[in-house]
Amino acid sequence: MPAPRHKAISVTPILFIEQVLNGLQFGVMLFLMAAGLTLVFGVMGLINLAHGSLYMVGAFAAAAVAGATGSFLLALVAALAAAAAAGTIVELVVIRRLYHRDHLDQVLATFALILIFSEGTRWVFGSFPLYLNIPDYLSGPVTLPGGIEYPLYRLAIIGVGLAVAVGLFWLVSHTRLGIRIRAGESDREMIAALGVDISKLYTVVFALGAALAGLAGALVGAIQSVQVGMGEPVLILAFVVIVIGGIGSIKGALVGALMVGLTDTLGGVLLPALFRLFLDNSAATTTGSALASMLIYILMAVVLIWRPRGLFGVAA
Amino acid sequence: MTDPVLATDGVTKRFGALAACDGVSLELRPGEIHAVIGPNGAGKSTLIQLICGGLAPDAGRVTFRGRDVTASNTQARARAGLGRTFQVSALAMEDTVLQNAVLGALGARGGAFRVWRPALRDPALRDRAMAALERVGLADVAAVRTAELSHGQRRQLEVAVALTLEPHAFVMDEPMAGMGPEGSARMTRFLDGLRGQAPILLVEHDMDAVFALADRLSVLVYGRVIATGSLAEVRADPAVREAYLGEDA
Amino acid sequence: MSREGWINALLLAGVAGVPLWAWAVDEPFTITLATRAAILALAGVGLNIALGLGGLVSLGHAAFFGIGGYAMGILASHAQAYDPIMEAPILIQGTKSMPVIWLVAVAAAALAALVIGALSLRTSGVYFIMITLAFGQMFYFFAISWPAYGGEDGLSIYVRNGFPGLNTLDPIQFFGLCFALLLLALLFSARLAKAPFGLALNAARQVPTRVATVGLSPFRLRLVAFVMSGAITGLAGALFADLNRFVSPTMFSWQTSGEIIVFVILGGVARTCGPVAGAALFVALEHVLGDLSDYWHIYLGLILLAVVLFARGGIVGTLAGRGRAHD
Repeated sequence: MPAPRHKAISVTPILFIEQVLNGLQFGVMLFLMAAGLTLVFGVMGLINLAHGSLYMVGAFAAAAVAGATGSFLLALVAALAAAAAAGTIVELVVIRRLYHRDHLDQVLATFALILIFSEGTRWVFGSFPLYLNIPDYLSGPVTLPGGIEYPLYRLAIIGVGLAVAVGLFWLVSHTRLGIRIRAGESDREMIAALGVDISKLYTVVFALGAALAGLAGALVGAIQSVQVGMGEPVLILAFVVIVIGGIGSIKGALVGALMVGLTDTLGGVLLPALFRLFLDNSAATTTGSALASMLIYILMAVVLIWRPRGLFGVAA
Repeated sequence: MTDPVLATDGVTKRFGALAACDGVSLELRPGEIHAVIGPNGAGKSTLIQLICGGLAPDAGRVTFRGRDVTASNTQARARAGLGRTFQVSALAMEDTVLQNAVLGALGARGGAFRVWRPALRDPALRDRAMAALERVGLADVAAVRTAELSHGQRRQLEVAVALTLEPHAFVMDEPMAGMGPEGSARMTRFLDGLRGQAPILLVEHDMDAVFALADRLSVLVYGRVIATGSLAEVRADPAVREAYLGEDA
Repeated sequence: MSREGWINALLLAGVAGVPLWAWAVDEPFTITLATRAAILALAGVGLNIALGLGGLVSLGHAAFFGIGGYAMGILASHAQAYDPIMEAPILIQGTKSMPVIWLVAVAAAALAALVIGALSLRTSGVYFIMITLAFGQMFYFFAISWPAYGGEDGLSIYVRNGFPGLNTLDPIQFFGLCFALLLLALLFSARLAKAPFGLALNAARQVPTRVATVGLSPFRLRLVAFVMSGAITGLAGALFADLNRFVSPTMFSWQTSGEIIVFVILGGVARTCGPVAGAALFVALEHVLGDLSDYWHIYLGLILLAVVLFARGGIVGTLAGRGRAHD
């Protein structure tokens, strides 16, 4: 029997704020995943199930490099580089053959890539999880205003995630690459007519998305274990995020990621507490956490009923 | 005067600041072919969508056979007897010609929730579909895959599918589009004979066809009807001469 | 008989012949493999109605497979513990009878498909793929976090459920039962494809606007197809759980959804017997490659990639030539 996720008897304001921060941390991590997915779909019209594999590649690269050098920064650089390199290779060898295929072919081919990536990683690193340690300068709690103690590392993840979000918005709205990305989203013939090398643009966008996924994998690798199959649950949550936010929209990815992160985290605490008002303790915990595990999907269903193309999605 | 079969009453549709249709009022009377002409971007496609239920108007009403159908969707309007053909052929290309026509016959029957008996062996469906194919001259190619038809044959199949519905009014979006002179002439003769069965709202660029067929004509410019009437009346209308036939005047 | 007809006949003869041979030479494990292939093929036949005919790329069919599995697990576990499922307002007992279990599995999966379909079919394309995937995942997490029926550990059944007049513990008899259900489902899906419903659904996949303009609702056609599809996959789930005498959240996992799609694609989309060819190949590969290497999924991945990139009609499509032409 797994231990119940949350044993808190009552929800204090401090616990609540802690959980909000946890939700934010989870949310920005989902954003790093969802941003790449939504860019790749928006620009190339490709659904990439293997995005979770790139997350895993980042985590394993970070764990291996941290193990060899002891440097967390080098590990992050390695994660970015390995995921971007894996993304580039995959794009050149497989993905670019899929842009003109239907979604079914894309789903299958990228499903095949997951099998290859997962088993390949198991082959190289074995089935046992690796561990990536939080560096000393980021470990331990910090005291926030109001006397709340919160792990510094998780705050750092929130900071990195928000910085990446700002960077992405800037990239898309203010740089030449961003102009091309936006042009590629709205009019592929036009961008080709302008003389932009579209296949190079696609490779760059794919590698950028891969690097973000790799970064997310490395950052999360330090608070969870690094193991084969770690990418797919996150990938599916990232899908929920972009369905809620609207496919192709980076703003939607950010809003959706924070909504999903907060809903999942707070639901896990608040629902059992809510059920405790009218059920006995163990029944409330069981019912509450079972329902909490479904909460983000219910959120997704509600958003869909209200706006079938997501919050910031453009009409078909 | 007889009641119109199909009418729009001040229908308006805006896309942002652009009014694609701006207070359009039209009537389609029994037995007539009513042509809608206008330059590209005049709002003809939007008007068809509003009439057939693909878009909901921001203002105004659509009435069909005396009933307000403004709130009905495409399926409901089709079931009420509105037969439509598309400018760009909307046919199941992987299927045979007969299967496309049978689809129309299924619609006419009012449902397709039968799961056991083969559709093509159902005499009622098959006869209805074949009759429509015969009328447009496609009976010989009934077993051919639609993707293998010529462009002109696809235009004919479009009309045949609408015929299987035995509609009370046709809405035809450029049935002559992309046809050669010979094909256009044949289609013109065919539509000429069709008006006895049900009136046709005809959106068409081919002026020869329009002048040959139309009992009445409406001119749509920038989303507004600037003139409606017989050919002679519209030709004489100063607004039309200025806005649309300007170079001919 | 058409070329595809011959291939189908050979294929089915093979799926039935291998276990008969194994029975004759007393190789029960091979019979079990063939049973597994038949059950997975049944799941694929279900998906093929939505995917092949309707063009609905559902990455959430594990939900229906798992519901079928849990329908069996819940009914049988209550029966073996002599513990009623509920007493008020009406008494509902568990059961060890396969026909009853199948009925419940089919009804429960159909109901779930109705709800999931009604929500998911509001969207299309890539949204639909992601949403069905997400709903599958919802069931997965629910099954893990709901402790009453084993949670993460799943449920074991001590003795296989019974079917009147048969000894289901005998591998060949259980195979016969599964194979008969597979044949029924194949017959149904073959009839369906040519029936008015199949014709309209197939047209709705190609040109939904046309279907609407003749007065038929693409949404309703798709929803009904999705429900039928889910129901058949649910039946396969109940059989699968009975084969293993075990049900766990893994049946709900996204990999299961992916694998059911793989059966359909390996075999050939919208080919009546495509899922049979795909599932048989999958089970054979699993067995042969699994013996060769612990990492056989790599080879499966490479084969799948090759099929998607280079052999787009799948096995039946490659052998039978261009398809989808009807009489």
